[in-house]
Amino acid sequence: MDLAVRGKDRRPFPFHIIVFLAPAVIVYTMFMIYPLIDSLRLSLYAPNDQGQEVFVGLQNYHTLTTDEYLKPRLEGAIKHNVVFFVIHMVVQNSIGLLLASLLSSPFIRGRGIYRSLIFTPTVLSVVLIGFIWSMILSPLWGISGNILIDIGLPQYAKRPWLGLESTALPTLSLISVWQWVGIPMMLFLAALISIPDELIEAARVDGATGLGVFWRIKFPLILPTVGIIGILTFVGNFNAFDLIYTTQKVNAGPNFSTDIMGTFFYRTFFGMQLQPGNPTMGATIAGVMFLIILAGVLLYMFGWQRRVAQIEF
Amino acid sequence: MTFVQRLRPARTIQLLAAHAVLLAYTALALFPVVLIVLNSFKTRRAVFKTPYALPNKETWSTIGYETVWKRAHFPDYFLNSIEVTVGALLLIFIAGTMASWALAEYRFRGNSFMGLYLALGIMIPIRLGTVSILRLCVSLHIVDTLTALILVYTASGLPLAIFILTNFMKQVPRDLKDAARVDGASEYRIYWMILPLIRPAIGTVMVFNMIPIWNDLWFPLILAPSERNFTVTLGAQIFLGQFISDWNAILASLSLAMIPVIILYIIFSRQLIRGLTAGAVK
Repeated sequence: MDLAVRGKDRRPFPFHIIVFLAPAVIVYTMFMIYPLIDSLRLSLYAPNDQGQEVFVGLQNYHTLTTDEYLKPRLEGAIKHNVVFFVIHMVVQNSIGLLLASLLSSPFIRGRGIYRSLIFTPTVLSVVLIGFIWSMILSPLWGISGNILIDIGLPQYAKRPWLGLESTALPTLSLISVWQWVGIPMMLFLAALISIPDELIEAARVDGATGLGVFWRIKFPLILPTVGIIGILTFVGNFNAFDLIYTTQKVNAGPNFSTDIMGTFFYRTFFGMQLQPGNPTMGATIAGVMFLIILAGVLLYMFGWQRRVAQIEF
Repeated sequence: MTFVQRLRPARTIQLLAAHAVLLAYTALALFPVVLIVLNSFKTRRAVFKTPYALPNKETWSTIGYETVWKRAHFPDYFLNSIEVTVGALLLIFIAGTMASWALAEYRFRGNSFMGLYLALGIMIPIRLGTVSILRLCVSLHIVDTLTALILVYTASGLPLAIFILTNFMKQVPRDLKDAARVDGASEYRIYWMILPLIRPAIGTVMVFNMIPIWNDLWFPLILAPSERNFTVTLGAQIFLGQFISDWNAILASLSLAMIPVIILYIIFSRQLIRGLTAGAVK
């Protein structure tokens, strides 16, 4: 350290530091930070009659929340996205925690194999997952129908799960849960394994049972991981697009019942069928997504992380 | 956790129950994948009549693969995907290790600000800037090229890569670097010398970035949508959309797109899992 500091003092202009930082800072600023800021700027512009983009202040946001065509779409997309997120939080993360707690037991043989196999769907692209499940759920093939008959639910057998307004969104959420459950499982597992054995031993000596040890000792200790998984799920869900686009196409059918922020953004930006694309309105929707995600991240950082850190120490 | 405990009958029942749950979930995770690959080698009749049976002499058919071979240019899509993924990983490697070396090694004004600035992108999805990224690529004349994809994936992969690598760079022993400085090695040379020492971390970061880049649909769809630039993911999306009634072709192309990723996963699963935990658990 001394040498580095002295070296720095001798040379007033630390040229090599700039060389080391430059490539990353340039690419990152140009293709990430600048577009994010510029996109927010664009959301304050709109094309005038001559097709030139002029500054209009918050008018786009006003239009988005009041226009008779856009307003119901925005409300629908937010509502569906919340449903999508809640299903992930409840189903995906509980299954992930259950699997992780089973896999963290030192008595279970073949833990590594289970872990790797269960993680497999997570590495496949959402496009493939979407097509695989739309085939399996297709009444034409009848795979899901036969399974439902076999487990004694024949009344559900012939349902086009992805084609009904009432079932499409929950079905897609569960497909997504099926794909991504490996992530919370791995993170919970890493957290559970790092709990020192002495703590658990001590609790057992004090007479705590298996479930008692879990809720009283292990769960409080993995609360920071719960928060990380929560925020990762939130950001991922409010940014999702591929699954809906692949299975339900750009209109997020049937009748927009699976439309989420990502598909709404894409459709508005690029247009669909006869409706031309609108980049500035697209940027406005991206602005709304940005605000939602930012609110979630800030809530996590200042609401959750601080409080949990206090409990821990 | 003692031997006596292990022999208790209640424990045995618990263990059996745990295995039952894990086996059931493993079956649920693998069943769709296995089903698709299995049926991709069967005739159309057999796909519908006996979907769970292994292909036998009568039902064996590769007609789906033949259709895909003729109509879709999967080898080209693979080459495009490989070019994009390798290109982005290479840039993430070079720019990422250099920047993390600077952040970990030198005390300079603005070090922590720079670290924070580069970490902003961990939580903010790059997709939100898509409108401007497209315009930027148009003005740089790289729209509808693989270069655009490489640069965008580099930018989005760098924040987490730098965050993880900086932590590892800080753990490299001082003596080593100081000894090199005494010998008169330049700062660039020292950087190059310590790279092999954090090879596991670099491997982890690379594998961790590889999968989302390979699987992405959004940016190929928007930045490089013409056929000559199709990545596997976009090619599969377009092809599958067009052949919605040709079940053999769909099953075959799904299998073709899945199998390489699964093979890569088998090879690299350890690094991937390490990357996942290193990225999230600080």
